[in-house]
Amino acid sequence: MRIEVRHLTRIEGHAHLVVDEDRGEVTECRLEIVETPRFFEAILLGHHFRDVAPLVSRICGVCSNSHTLVSLAATEAALGVEVSEQTRDLRRLLACGEILQSHLLHLYFMAAPDYLGMDSIFPLDRRRRDLLTRALRMKKIGTDLCRVVGGRPVHPVTPRVGGFSALPEPSELRALRRRLVEVLPDLEATVDLVGGFDFPPLDRSAECLSLAADDGYPLMGDRIVSSAGPGVRVGDYRGLIEEYLVDHATAKFASTPRGPYRVGPLARIANGFAALTPMAARVAGALGLTPDTANPYRIVVARLVEVVHWVEEAILLIDTLLIRGLRPEPPVKAGGGGRAVAAIEAPRGLLLHGYEYDGRGRVVWAECVIPTAQNLASIEADLRAAVPALQGRGRGEITRRLETLVRAYDPCVSCATHLLKVRFTGRGGAP
Amino acid sequence: MKLRAGFFDFTGCEGCQLTVLNLEDEFLDLAGLIDVVEFREVMTGGGGDLDVAFVEGSICGPDQEARLKDIRRRSRLLVALGACADTTGINILVRLQDPEVLHGRVYGPGAPVRARGHPRAVGDVVPVDARVPGCPVDGGEFLRVLQALAVGRTPELPAHPVCVECKLAELPCVFDEGEMCLGPVVRAGCGARCPEGGDRCRGCRGLVDNPRSSSYRRVLEEHGLTEDDMLAEFRLFNLDGGGER
Repeated sequence: MRIEVRHLTRIEGHAHLVVDEDRGEVTECRLEIVETPRFFEAILLGHHFRDVAPLVSRICGVCSNSHTLVSLAATEAALGVEVSEQTRDLRRLLACGEILQSHLLHLYFMAAPDYLGMDSIFPLDRRRRDLLTRALRMKKIGTDLCRVVGGRPVHPVTPRVGGFSALPEPSELRALRRRLVEVLPDLEATVDLVGGFDFPPLDRSAECLSLAADDGYPLMGDRIVSSAGPGVRVGDYRGLIEEYLVDHATAKFASTPRGPYRVGPLARIANGFAALTPMAARVAGALGLTPDTANPYRIVVARLVEVVHWVEEAILLIDTLLIRGLRPEPPVKAGGGGRAVAAIEAPRGLLLHGYEYDGRGRVVWAECVIPTAQNLASIEADLRAAVPALQGRGRGEITRRLETLVRAYDPCVSCATHLLKVRFTGRGGAP
Repeated sequence: MKLRAGFFDFTGCEGCQLTVLNLEDEFLDLAGLIDVVEFREVMTGGGGDLDVAFVEGSICGPDQEARLKDIRRRSRLLVALGACADTTGINILVRLQDPEVLHGRVYGPGAPVRARGHPRAVGDVVPVDARVPGCPVDGGEFLRVLQALAVGRTPELPAHPVCVECKLAELPCVFDEGEMCLGPVVRAGCGARCPEGGDRCRGCRGLVDNPRSSSYRRVLEEHGLTEDDMLAEFRLFNLDGGGER
């Protein structure tokens, strides 16, 4: 039987799913990435460092803040720019807002319909209207965090090399803090909702890569850790991560010396579980999520636990910022050249940007490693593992299960195809 | 009668669709105005005739052209949503690179060809009935365009430059900070959001209909800037396509 789904729905970007199965044996399994490449790494060449973050934010609408923040960190490291504690906290708060916004969009709009037997969250009978209004109310907090700190929820305006060009008003931060506290009943309702999801069984443990929990739960930092072996410093990521092309995708795949690996919520839970806030740890306990959880369908649960974590962290960050008081900071004068790599935990996982600037501050080399691209090999391995157990079920049921599995990763295909700079090792297409 | 609406994405970042989904407060009112029957990013299913199709992203290659033409055939109205669809936005920057160099640099020498043609604006492939400019679009402006369509009016975009909105917001002039700004010649409608955020106008909404070039030139001169400085800035979002365009 051939399962073929063209233009998978409820994911960001375009991919086809192709699985050939013969009596429970998978003979072919491909996630075809058909998004058009946009050649960002080439586009960046020659641009001044001040234009780099605004450009790379356009790689992806849903994680534009993560691209902006990691881009600024890489540029600052390359040019030797130090940022203040205030800037670091505001950036963490912005990252927080994006994770909440992205995770809640996925939980309610993309994943929940799979488990509620709906095609989308939109049909508006009475019961579902409550669901939709709760989803909108919760998501809006993430959107507003991004708006207040970044000036705009998609493609932020205020973050710049060395700091911020405009600061949030304390009154706006206080209002957000109040809403973050008021969201707790909605969080409880969401825990009940997700607790009722019937996740198909699938145990396929995989190596998990994330940033280290050196400074709390993985978010930003200088060290990549693995659940299966020694980690590396961010600048040496090529010692751990190897990228390669396959014929059926316009995005690169990736592996460690041990094979495919996972990044994202489940990987961060594996490597950073002990750093969860108390409330997030309790939710993890209630939903049976542990550092050893290996069922990729349950990434949805990990995403919810992270939502709880970042709600608590956002409250603490706002308190810290308000107590310290916000002070405008003059733009930094940066110059000269240099080369550096930086990393962030984007909603979908480990995201790396590296740049080299010449003496005039213009890009001469750029490279990015995208979370979804890193997950592609793992998604295919999961699909292969899932098919045998589905033998005997109807085509519709198998298709639905496999789509749900791909969706659990919240793949961002728009992102994954936009940065390709790889050694060509694709099957069949000899150089 | 509610409008049957569809949202479609081509080559782009899906940030304009996300901006629509970020209209949390207006969402239920929106549902009273339109029936969203097709929106791949958040819905399964679709097809059939539409009153209005919102198309995001640039069009690359024959597959995307065919998909767009099918959408056009079954839609009474078609709206270009955001800069990539409207003017090709930053996607067009690939034209600055020699295609072979571009390909070799990104995929390595000898890799099979993955590019599917240069990006084109939606209006270069099919007729467009209305446009929502910007990178990303402004949520409020999207609603204004939609409202006009719902009552059968032709949506109108502001005919004045960003400068006007900047002055109304009493923001300090970006030029006085010693920066280049495209506000004097770029179409308003964004509420001067970038100057408000301490940045400059980078021109993502495209030129206003009748830009006042002589007075703009004077402003540039007064601040020791040249036309080349301005064009370098302008090309980021508005590189002229040439050739196919």
